[in-house]
Amino acid sequence: MTTKRLRPIVGGLGIATAISMLVTLYLGLVWSPPERTMGDTIRILYFHAPSAWASYLAVGVVAIASILYLWRRTHVWDIIALASAEIGVLFTTITLISGMLWGKLEWGTYWTWDARLTSFLIMWLIYVGYLMLRSALDDPERRARLAAIVGIVGALDIPIIHFAVLWWRTLHPQPIVVRPGGPAMSEPMVLALVAGMLSFTLVYVFLMALRVSLEVERDRIEVAAHPQPVTAEVQPS
Amino acid sequence: MSRPPSPAMSDAPEMAVDAPEVFPAPAERWTARPAPAYGPTQYARQVWALVWKDLLAERRTKEILSATLVFGLLVVLIFNFAFDLRRAEMDLIGPGILWVAFIFAGILGLNRSFALEKDRGALEGLMLAPMDRSAIYLGKLISTLIFMSVMELVIVPVYSLLNNQPIRLDLIPVIFMGTLGFVAAGTIFAAIAANTRTREVLLPILLFPILVPVVITAVGATGIVLRGGGEDLGPPLTMLAAFDIVFLVVGMLVFGYVIEE
Amino acid sequence: MSQVFSSTPVSDAPALLSVRRLSKRFGSFWALREVDVDIRDGEVVTLFGPNGAGKTTLMRIVAGLGKATGGEIRLSGMVAQANDIAARRLLGFVSHQPLLYPDLTARENLVFFARLYDLPQGTIRAAELLERVGLIHRANQPVRQFSRGMQQRVAIARALLHDPRLLLLDEPYTGLDPAAMDWLTEMLGVLKRQGHTILMTSHDLDRGAAIADRVAILAGGRLVYAADCASLRPGELAEAYVAASHAAAGASA
Repeated sequence: MTTKRLRPIVGGLGIATAISMLVTLYLGLVWSPPERTMGDTIRILYFHAPSAWASYLAVGVVAIASILYLWRRTHVWDIIALASAEIGVLFTTITLISGMLWGKLEWGTYWTWDARLTSFLIMWLIYVGYLMLRSALDDPERRARLAAIVGIVGALDIPIIHFAVLWWRTLHPQPIVVRPGGPAMSEPMVLALVAGMLSFTLVYVFLMALRVSLEVERDRIEVAAHPQPVTAEVQPS
Repeated sequence: MSRPPSPAMSDAPEMAVDAPEVFPAPAERWTARPAPAYGPTQYARQVWALVWKDLLAERRTKEILSATLVFGLLVVLIFNFAFDLRRAEMDLIGPGILWVAFIFAGILGLNRSFALEKDRGALEGLMLAPMDRSAIYLGKLISTLIFMSVMELVIVPVYSLLNNQPIRLDLIPVIFMGTLGFVAAGTIFAAIAANTRTREVLLPILLFPILVPVVITAVGATGIVLRGGGEDLGPPLTMLAAFDIVFLVVGMLVFGYVIEE
Repeated sequence: MSQVFSSTPVSDAPALLSVRRLSKRFGSFWALREVDVDIRDGEVVTLFGPNGAGKTTLMRIVAGLGKATGGEIRLSGMVAQANDIAARRLLGFVSHQPLLYPDLTARENLVFFARLYDLPQGTIRAAELLERVGLIHRANQPVRQFSRGMQQRVAIARALLHDPRLLLLDEPYTGLDPAAMDWLTEMLGVLKRQGHTILMTSHDLDRGAAIADRVAILAGGRLVYAADCASLRPGELAEAYVAASHAAAGASA
């Protein structure tokens, strides 16, 4: 896979991502009506939920790429896992921040130990740890192998964390905050949300393509800097 | 075994170099002896040998037990000083204190245990042996579980004493399942962190988020038992069991990848 | 690439160890490039090479402690990578490090490893070997208190416990005092006379060649020289070694 051949694909993805993001911005912020009880606050949802979806997507890709790395031992799977973990941390951060803004507007506080917010915080910590482990290991093979294990174990842990946190919330009753039921979604809202999902998926794919080709390029330069000398046999005298 | 000690007590080389029964020509022995089969019996014996080795070393040095015990007790004491708790508050906070003590002390023990494996390359000696590498995981898991259980057997009564609470025997299954989950995940991550220079810092950073389900459910279940109000233990114990099984299976599957060089 | 190690059949038996096109890459650095090695039953072969030549990498891969990037290892006819548990039974490995538990005694270490190898009468076997390496009088002391030379003896006893068909010794002379080196040479001589097959690495030409049937030089991850000790003229090995070291230094500069 040469990066040269990838370049037009990345470029095309970039344009598609930009257009779809503009459409989402228009649909979410301008075109769709305010929600009945929440008003304009609902508009955060068009970015918050897609970003949460992209976080899960990224985490899933980390896990799959990690399994494939351990199986095939091809460097490119490690690159994909790394790229996806970094982008996953980015989306998880966006999800957390947008969730907190929503919470401030709707519940009057930036942070409640809401089950979903809590799960995302823990997920964020797992993947920050994943990146810290990577930076603590110098040997590329060992880094790829150990990170892959954390990538797999972390993903398996996420559903368990989710159920545990849900149960924990029932044990400790929530502080009294105004909790709207699920927003009654009208058709334009659903459309805005779908557009958001689509554009965040595109953003993810675009960032992945950029990050992976950057890493592939770096490898290429590194190999070029350390050429494998052609057979220079030493003849016994 | 029963030979009298050799008179030469120095480190000087002893050159008694012709005893064919000890180093027979290997080719002869190997044609005569079929390669032993490798099955569950051998596996179980190897796991037990690994546990025996850890217990033996611990009996000599007492490093892990003393460190985890003293540390765990200190955590319990510090919480008591920090909060100056009354009985009612203790019911709420006590289970958390206990599990913070167990887990912090357990991290200490895991780090120490893997440092010993890396010290003179002993872990590589294990990897040379003809065994499935998941045996190394199971052996380490069982010995750590034993050390932690001993520590908990001291800390829980001390905690009850300090807080004027009766010692509850029905805590045993809850603590056992929680500790098993901690050790099942902790052994994987301790082996991973042992590859880095910053292993003491990295182990808790990697392990704590993973352990959140264990902490939540074990603390919850411990609270239910200590309050004795007949709340339902089912959900937390089910979740603990799920965590234990998932991490045991995953640990057995991935441990070979963790320690391979 | 010449079939470096196929020149001198000591017997007609198939090779006990047969390494083909073994390569190992660390990132962009090739530690081994298409190395071929053949060793027959009863042979003693020493691999020489400057630091960083790939000697340890080769030994670790053959011992099953490392994964090769490419190539094949056959032990007694079977592909070692595909039968790792069976292959490990055939190998004894002495590394730079003693691979022992410092808090256990010499005897406990050996009994423990004997149990891992599932040896019948492991206790007796451990005592036998301690006797043979001259440490029976220190058998009940923790290995932590031993000198480097004594730890090396326990390490050799550990490697011989299960009566391996191929003994791998990676730089066994490193860090030993002269008396311990003499002991080791003597010991290896005994093992050779008793029919053991040995592959060892060294950068000490005299010590390494003392008991070898064949020698070879590894430089820059390649086998660059191989010879029969019987047909070696005086000084030839040293010349080849110097040439190989210079070539390796030139290639990396």
